[in-house]
Amino acid sequence: MIHDIKVLDIIISGLISGSTYAILALGFSLIFGVARIVNIAHTAFYMLAAYVIYSATYKMGIHPIVAMIIAIIVITFLGIICYKFLIEPIREREAAVLIATIALAMVFQESMLLGFGGHYLSVQPLIKGYLAIMGVKIMWQQLLTIIIAVVTLGAVWTWLSKTRTGLAIRSTAQDREVANLMGMDEGKIAVITMGVSVALAAFTGAVVVPLTVLNPFMWLHPLVMMMAAVVLGGMGSLKGSFVGAYILGFTEALVVFLLPGGAYLKVSVALFIMVLVLVIRPEGLYGVYFEEER
Amino acid sequence: MGSLIFYLRKLIKIFRSEVLVLPSRVAVMLFFLFIILFPIIFPDPYYYRVIVLASIFAILAASWDLLSGFTGQMNFGHALFFGVGAYTSAMLNLNLKIPPIASIPLGAVAAVMAGLIIGIPCLRLRGTYLALTTLSFPIILVGMIFAFPGFTGGELGVSGLSRLADSYIGNYYIVTITMLVLVTVMWKITDSNIGIILHAVREDEIAVRTSGVNTTRYKLLAFSLSGFFAGISGGLYAHYMRVAGPSTLEVNTSFLVVIYAIFGGIATIYGPVGAVFVLIPLLEFLRFLEHVRIPDQILSIMPDLLGKFLVKFVEILPNTRMFIFAFFILMILLFMPDGLLPWLRDKVETQCPRCKVRNISRRQTCRICTADLH
Repeated sequence: MIHDIKVLDIIISGLISGSTYAILALGFSLIFGVARIVNIAHTAFYMLAAYVIYSATYKMGIHPIVAMIIAIIVITFLGIICYKFLIEPIREREAAVLIATIALAMVFQESMLLGFGGHYLSVQPLIKGYLAIMGVKIMWQQLLTIIIAVVTLGAVWTWLSKTRTGLAIRSTAQDREVANLMGMDEGKIAVITMGVSVALAAFTGAVVVPLTVLNPFMWLHPLVMMMAAVVLGGMGSLKGSFVGAYILGFTEALVVFLLPGGAYLKVSVALFIMVLVLVIRPEGLYGVYFEEER
Repeated sequence: MGSLIFYLRKLIKIFRSEVLVLPSRVAVMLFFLFIILFPIIFPDPYYYRVIVLASIFAILAASWDLLSGFTGQMNFGHALFFGVGAYTSAMLNLNLKIPPIASIPLGAVAAVMAGLIIGIPCLRLRGTYLALTTLSFPIILVGMIFAFPGFTGGELGVSGLSRLADSYIGNYYIVTITMLVLVTVMWKITDSNIGIILHAVREDEIAVRTSGVNTTRYKLLAFSLSGFFAGISGGLYAHYMRVAGPSTLEVNTSFLVVIYAIFGGIATIYGPVGAVFVLIPLLEFLRFLEHVRIPDQILSIMPDLLGKFLVKFVEILPNTRMFIFAFFILMILLFMPDGLLPWLRDKVETQCPRCKVRNISRRQTCRICTADLH
């Protein structure tokens, strides 16, 4: 039976981390595609959302679901404000944007460190209890997280491929100048994309928060894995990001459950796989080699 | 005797006509003097420590600039070179009893090897791909270090290394003189033909290739040179702190290097060095927040609630150090997106439109070709 336990555990854990990375990677590659911003602060927004939920439920006594909605709205506004005042004025300078986002992430991390301290905090799951399959405990919260994540991915996918705004975003990502010539307001689209991207990060934070522990440094690990997923799948390809995210998520789960000392090695092995793929296919799994930016 | 006076006069003439004419050159000279005379002005081991750490990170930031600033090959994993240099020299020193003077260069050679190993696969990647891939290498190494603690010391790292020198002053001069020499060497490299080619690779790689230059070779050269200098700074760090821990390989270290270099202005070498010498002392200076107290007289005349708020505020002030640091960087960037030092330099100097020689900005005509500057 031990064998079965491991298989189920690996599937659940891989699905959860894979979906987390997939939603994060989706937001990250959206804003990268549209505005060419490598947003290091992306997962810092995820961390902030988790803290907003924590303080709303425990400090103010708001119902968790309401707290989640509040968190997503607040963080989205914060993201748009940061974009408008800190990133847009220097958008022409790629290097400056890069460290602006790093500094922004540090500002968030330090303010959470000030407000809540460096110790680990946790949030109660929405649905308590667990489901037992073949002697394996699967928490309802885990199942809920997986379902919500998959539904969100589907919704964003549909939004991007069926609506006019989605079309505008995709075409701006493909060629900014031509999209501008076709009458799309590039600045406005960048703001919308930033909003959606940050909302997705906040949403991930909201969904994942009951399953993890909160601390101000929790943004670093997802940041690395998210970037790895984007690169592995191929930049500019949303499908690639999904596949990359799930590959990395399952690799992590496999390493953790099967290798001794796996908790330390999981990131190493996952990133090593990414490097291997890149050596064989420099443009990533589904990536297309863009011509030089004009 | 006569020839000595002749050469002395010639030297003074060169000094007056080449160094004193430009504020930036005077600033560089003053910086060298400041570093060398610092122990006489502030004889305090604590201040030595700040300058020594700043020097180590100045080498690191300048080496990042040599690779990423000049060739545009964004390296987010510069901590790899730093960490490999630190760990290699630490282990050589501890296990084989090699003195620092040999173990630090050997560590740098190991860092060059690391640079070549990651450089060869990474050179097929461009731009953001390269940045995000290089980010992963130090993290892979950290995972290995944690997974095999018997050999690497795990979380605690390799400790108990021999000192650079026995006295504070000795440590200070070894590190700072190394820094001044290495930074000058890097400056010279970027000023030479190699530097011009590296710069051209960033601007337009295809154009460089069509001119018959093997860009891959030059990019690999940039990787190795940068790895060498970063490895030396890693070795110096390990021997100065007498421990090489996993913190040298952290994502934070890589990010800090990028921050220093871009904050100071990329593709300049002097920019990152200046930025480090602004930001690290700033971080140390912010420690004064720990000693801020509100006098009782002021508290007694204040409304109760405001007083309580102020006391609370002062209590958390010491922890705001990194917050203020990051906020300061954000604000500076908003106004000087090209970096601090190029901005300052453009304020005090203008380039002659005809012969491209730099002039002090209060001059009306160029000092070489007498063209009108304004």
